[in-house]
Amino acid sequence: MKIGAPKETARGEARVALTPESAQHIKKLGHECLIETGAGEAAGFNDDAYREAGVTVVDATQTLWEAADVVIKVREPSEEEAGFLRQGQTLISFFWPAQSEALLEQCRAKGATVVAMDMVPRISRAQKMDALSSTANIAGYRAVIEAGNQFGRFFTGQVTAAGKVPPAKVLVVGAGVAGLAAIGTAASLGAVVRAFDVRPEVAEQIESMGAEFLFLDFEDTQDGAESGGYAAPSSPEFREKQLALFREQAPDVDIVITTALIPGKPAPKLWLEDMVKAMKPGSVIVDLAAEKGGNCDLTVPDQRVVTDNGVIIVGYTDFPSRMATQASLLYATNVRHMLTDLTPEKDGVIVHDMEDDVIRGATVTHEGEITFPPPPPKIKAIASAKPKEKIKEPTPEEKKAAEHAAFMAQTKRQVTLLGVGGALMLLLGQVAPASFMQHFIVFALACFVGFQVIWGVSHSLHTPLMSVTNAISGIIVLGAVLQIGSGSFLVGLLAALSVLIATINIVGGFLVTRRMLAMFQKS
Amino acid sequence: MLGQGFVSAASIAASVLFILSLGGLSNQEKAKRAVWYGIVGMAVAVFFTAFGPGIGGYWWMVPMMIVGAVVGVYVAKKVAMTEMPQLVAALHSFVGLAAVFVGFNADLERRRVLASQLAEGATEGFSAFAALVATKTPAELTFLQIEVVLGVFIGAVTFTGSVIAFGKLAGKVDGKPRQLPGGHLLNAGAAVLSLLLAILYLNGAGFWTLLLLAALAFFIGYHLIMGIGGADMPVVVSMLNSYSGWAAAAIGFTLSNDLLIVTGALVGSSGAILSYIMCKAMNRNFINVILGGFGGSKGPAAEIEGEQVAIDVAGVASALNDADSVIIVPGYGMAVAQAQNAVSELTRKLRSAGKNVRFGIHPVAGRLPGHMNVLLAEARVPYDIVLEMDEINGDFANTDVAIIIGSNDIVNPAAEEDPNSPIAGMPVLKVWEAKQVFVSKRGQGTGYSGIENPLFFKENTRMVYGDARSTIDSLVPMIE
Repeated sequence: MKIGAPKETARGEARVALTPESAQHIKKLGHECLIETGAGEAAGFNDDAYREAGVTVVDATQTLWEAADVVIKVREPSEEEAGFLRQGQTLISFFWPAQSEALLEQCRAKGATVVAMDMVPRISRAQKMDALSSTANIAGYRAVIEAGNQFGRFFTGQVTAAGKVPPAKVLVVGAGVAGLAAIGTAASLGAVVRAFDVRPEVAEQIESMGAEFLFLDFEDTQDGAESGGYAAPSSPEFREKQLALFREQAPDVDIVITTALIPGKPAPKLWLEDMVKAMKPGSVIVDLAAEKGGNCDLTVPDQRVVTDNGVIIVGYTDFPSRMATQASLLYATNVRHMLTDLTPEKDGVIVHDMEDDVIRGATVTHEGEITFPPPPPKIKAIASAKPKEKIKEPTPEEKKAAEHAAFMAQTKRQVTLLGVGGALMLLLGQVAPASFMQHFIVFALACFVGFQVIWGVSHSLHTPLMSVTNAISGIIVLGAVLQIGSGSFLVGLLAALSVLIATINIVGGFLVTRRMLAMFQKS
Repeated sequence: MLGQGFVSAASIAASVLFILSLGGLSNQEKAKRAVWYGIVGMAVAVFFTAFGPGIGGYWWMVPMMIVGAVVGVYVAKKVAMTEMPQLVAALHSFVGLAAVFVGFNADLERRRVLASQLAEGATEGFSAFAALVATKTPAELTFLQIEVVLGVFIGAVTFTGSVIAFGKLAGKVDGKPRQLPGGHLLNAGAAVLSLLLAILYLNGAGFWTLLLLAALAFFIGYHLIMGIGGADMPVVVSMLNSYSGWAAAAIGFTLSNDLLIVTGALVGSSGAILSYIMCKAMNRNFINVILGGFGGSKGPAAEIEGEQVAIDVAGVASALNDADSVIIVPGYGMAVAQAQNAVSELTRKLRSAGKNVRFGIHPVAGRLPGHMNVLLAEARVPYDIVLEMDEINGDFANTDVAIIIGSNDIVNPAAEEDPNSPIAGMPVLKVWEAKQVFVSKRGQGTGYSGIENPLFFKENTRMVYGDARSTIDSLVPMIE
């Protein structure tokens, strides 16, 4: 099959879906690679580099689209590009099917198969094709570099002969891949990094990257994570709390990097105008969500704006393109992995297996049908977040009813036990002599006291308990003492032996208990 | 000679002191006082009984007590803390044997008194216990016989059972469950035979019935405990403890002595509760433990994938140096290797490096209830960092390093994950939730239960093979 990568047509897009390196791997799958002339120029790969890697360089866009069986791209196709598609052709690119219904319909009508790189499900097996993550990683890194470029001070705190420099304080909102990359970059530059996310379970990841997690004290904290590890929209109360937290942070931080995105929705507004006003002059806001409307009220997509109070707001949407070489290398590798999965036999034949979770999830049109949205994957993204035990606070009535039921059950059990026990005693009393019954009362009470007392014994003292009860059970010596004065020699002998061993037991038991207890000490 | 009033008052005082003594074990500090309550109680009881009315034979009694006390002091001083389980078992056997002797005596006296009453019709001229027997009515004498049977039977089972438990714990008898052909049928047969003998005895058969009964009970005790494996010894020892109490109580009835009854009942119920706690900790019922072996599994145990990855001591040291929080889970292997002092030294060093070090103790770790606590206390590990399973199980997820020293089944995740595992449902320490787990173990074999432990194959688990003591000893100098 022929795999072709056209030149990207979107304005400012410098990336390319095929690199000389990925081409070599794709050839090993039995495919032939084509590239439009100049497609890799902006990313630092010239035509000669491709030719060396055995890629056929094609002069015209249309020729490439006609020749290729599989077209690999970065951005979603323009209307014109979609027009080139034909029956049976496969397109692999970012597609954003939820936001581009018309385009989806156009591709379907053409009968082409579209594999959307942004729809690759988030499961372990598919991580190697997760272009969103690799792109986000670059964006996060670049956001910090961009902020550093705009920010007039060091990131790291220094004490120099020329004076003391405080460290820059960086706040990262949203700890997805981009957020975490930003945290890591900022922290390694020496800044004091704080981070916030609506998903409390990412706190550990944030801390592992070297940032402080801003904890939001919110009762029955809703779990902000949706399936697939992405954030879900939050409730109004939660949002209010969150904004209050940011408002508190605004005057203190120097750099804010917002990365909050909710799949398939406009970006949530988290950094409001009044927070921008509260910031110090010279502070920088980098809004990674600018393309989806921005997390900051004042963001202008693709623009760098300076507010009246001197805060710089960077709304670039092309961070990956600003690092086109790196971004292309990673993206081309993601695409190459997708092709590997699509070519299971490595014989240059594409097998579009719609039973495969990853391929099924990423395919948005196939054989004249729209196959978006995909059914939920068979394997859950994150080890199926164990069904959290929802301890529902029972209503007072329920609680009362439950308590009452428990009380009744307990009463019933106790009454039954008492009844049975009482009946047995009565029977015993019929046959047993009075003197026996007197002793029996003592016995029953002692058992009762024993049960009550022993429950309170600390677990760590079970061994001393055993040895002390063992020592006490040497009370059998009394039996021997009572008999030892007997006139019979045999009885006397046996009693004497009993006295001997019971005394060993008593003395040994108590002394060893004392020895043990003396060892227990507090730190 | 003291009057009966004195003796009764002393009995009451001793009973109260014993109850206080057991109740005082609710915490470590009070316990040190509690043991004195016990000692004083015992002294009061013995003194006032010995010098009470109708007691004689001091020429026998006093020397025996002195010898016994000397032996007791010697044993208590000499015994090492790791030998505590066998000592307790050995002491139980003494109580059992004493109960058998006293039971025999009671019957001998009864026969002597009856014989002389028939011959002379006189009630005079008896001393000590015989004098008491002489005043009994026929109905009371029948009950006395029942009590003697119970006392002798329980005492005899306790005696041989404790001897075998001692042998197993001391390593003198093979720790594996072993039974004669016939298994529990043999026990059941012996029990039925004992019942027949008891009925014969109650109907007036000779003293030989009682002797034979004791012999059968000796056999039951021996055979029952032989059939129980070494790891179930915590339950066995506390069960024997309970039996020794019931034997004392039965003898108390025989001798019409309330103090014996009260004390026996206290000890008996204490042992019963301990056995119950132990069984609950293993999620098995008492019958299952006593009848030996683990219950039949319901299907094939899950296959374990992966391999055990070994690591050297230096690797453990660097992980410990990086860690902030450490939980150590000791088991019987630590006691066997006598590693508690090395572990204590490691703990001290880690703590002085500012790390949060704690111990997680499973209720059935070791061979005696609370065995690990005593060993750690001996090695001067402060008891407030030694926590029990329920206290610490939630903390593993926030722990950097968990170190497993010579425990196996009590940290086996199969108990939770594999419903077909023979130990399914047994509460275990969730060590695998820690970021890293190191297992100090002698070799690749399975634990007592013979069950593979999936913990050893987990991704975050590393195995440190070798003797626990030398491993920890070589680890200590590497901690900064």
